[in-house]
Amino acid sequence: MLAYILRSLMQGLVVMLAVAFIAFTMFRFVGDPVVNMLGQEATLQDRAELTERLGLNDPVPLQFARFVADAAQGDFGVSWRQGRKVSSLIVERLPATVELAVLSAIFAFVVGIALGVYAAIRRDGWIANLVMSLSLIGVSLPTFLIGIGLIYIFAVELRWLPSFGRGDTVRIGWWTTGLLTVSGLKSLVLPVLTLGFLQLTLIMRLVRSEMLEVMRADFIRFARARGIPERKIEFRHALRNTMIPVITIAGLQLGGVIAFAIVTETVFQWPGLGALFVNAVQFVDVPVMSAYLMFVAFVFVLTSLMVDLIYVALDPRLRGSPAMAK
Amino acid sequence: MSQPVLSVRDLTVEFVTRRATLRALDKISFDIARGEVLGVVGESGAGKSVTGSAIIGLIDPPGRIAGGEVVLSGERVDNLPPDAMRKVRGKRIGMIFQDPLTSLNPLYRVGEQLIETIQTHTDLNASDARKRAIALLDEVGIPAPERRIDGYPHEFSGGMRQRVVIALALCAEPEFIIADEPTTALDVSVQAQIIALIKRLCKERGTSVMLVTHDMGVIAETADRVAVMYAGRIAEIGPVREVVKQPLHPYAKGLMGAIPSLEGDAERLVQIPGSMPRLSAIPPGCAFNPRCAQVFARCHVERPELIPVGDRKVACHLYDEPGAMGGKAEIAA
Repeated sequence: MLAYILRSLMQGLVVMLAVAFIAFTMFRFVGDPVVNMLGQEATLQDRAELTERLGLNDPVPLQFARFVADAAQGDFGVSWRQGRKVSSLIVERLPATVELAVLSAIFAFVVGIALGVYAAIRRDGWIANLVMSLSLIGVSLPTFLIGIGLIYIFAVELRWLPSFGRGDTVRIGWWTTGLLTVSGLKSLVLPVLTLGFLQLTLIMRLVRSEMLEVMRADFIRFARARGIPERKIEFRHALRNTMIPVITIAGLQLGGVIAFAIVTETVFQWPGLGALFVNAVQFVDVPVMSAYLMFVAFVFVLTSLMVDLIYVALDPRLRGSPAMAK
Repeated sequence: MSQPVLSVRDLTVEFVTRRATLRALDKISFDIARGEVLGVVGESGAGKSVTGSAIIGLIDPPGRIAGGEVVLSGERVDNLPPDAMRKVRGKRIGMIFQDPLTSLNPLYRVGEQLIETIQTHTDLNASDARKRAIALLDEVGIPAPERRIDGYPHEFSGGMRQRVVIALALCAEPEFIIADEPTTALDVSVQAQIIALIKRLCKERGTSVMLVTHDMGVIAETADRVAVMYAGRIAEIGPVREVVKQPLHPYAKGLMGAIPSLEGDAERLVQIPGSMPRLSAIPPGCAFNPRCAQVFARCHVERPELIPVGDRKVACHLYDEPGAMGGKAEIAA
């Protein structure tokens, strides 16, 4: 079990190093940092000095080691456009994205699993069939279209909810939250629905098909032959077995939700990391871009690590069992 | 004669598909007495397992019981509402499946599955149910049951898992057990142990058993009576010694002739030419008529009913035609 966790950690570390290497090479291939920082009018001497100061004359492996060491401490340098530390830019934007993504994920998981289980149990009912047909629309509609549609209905026509921004936020330490004010909560509704909808339909369809698969298993039949009530078979025996493959996919989806909230953030002018990244791309702000790349990789590594741990909690076959030592 | 534990009358099971309605079981009837072991043999697809599923009320759609009745200790159970039938399952009819590797839920400890079953059918509280579970594991021959009860299925070997499955089937002391090929998935060395275990436990409890298998050795050793099934019908049913030693039905003869034996002097094993018809193409009259060596006109027209011949019953016109083919003379010989 410990070996299992250590192996997951090692894998995560390797992934992070690989991504760090890509982020590092971005500095070298997307323009010359010295020109970018000093502008075109700088003298040759200024350039030579800055090149030396930035350590660009050092051997590449040494530069990479320095980049990794800095990144590990959260230091991604200074934004070329805003002239501020990238780390503080990220910390500033992080709460908006995390709140949006986590709420979307919870929404997608809870509703997706509930609908999926329902569609599997009542697989011939008309509600289940309706839900399945609607989910097909959900899978095929692009996110921005859903966002714009929701804005049109709830912000433009009905005027119930704001169409952009986070509303009023409350500061708790370095974290800013929109969860404690009415306008903050109202602002969250549409982006959360937009970002969560695709995940919801995917999770729902996955849960349904996995559950139907599990319901055909021998142990379900045997549980029936033992006279176990149908509700217990569905929710105790089948659901837990369903969750193992679902967790894998859903875990990766969660990583995707946090990492690629870009579209939703753009549609709703949400002041999060996605918007920061889009601006950075427009101005070739390489430090911000590489930091964002590292952040996305970190989120994926973290979620897959969590998925591995949840596996262990769900599936006893992955645990060593001290009680069984012969 | 006392009332049979299980009495099946004209049980018919059909599978409704888009193209046709297939008859998996065609009016089969048999009784099982208290404490008796009835072996059910036949080729794959002969309807052995469907019979078990039909009795316990677990035929998967599109299959359904289309006729006949199943009577358990005098009470009809085939037409019970789902919830009442659920209470019969496990409580009065136990079932043992073929593959112990997949019969247990991999995510729950064997103890949890035992206790769940015990508590479904009795009023025992958690600690009493646990004691009962440990006692059951002990009884089915699992060493150190107080410790093993907290193990997960994957921590048990195949034979040990089948013992757990047997314990699960016996949880509520059912009066009747269906064992559907309980040894097919096991090592040969373990098979004998499991069969002996089922036999001993049922003898001690007076439980009746329907033992579905295609292993004639197991039948000969375990069963009191045997039913030979062919294409959804019973071809011959009777005391195991007679049916194995001196089968009457031409199909049963072929089946017994195909068993290799160590002391036999036969040069080659007998083969039955052809194969069992598909359910969609069962011939009129006797289902065995295309493969039967002793076929005659009546076999193509009229379906043979089970007719008593001595202690057994045979569904073959050879034993019905007075004077025809000398069937009765053959028994006397």
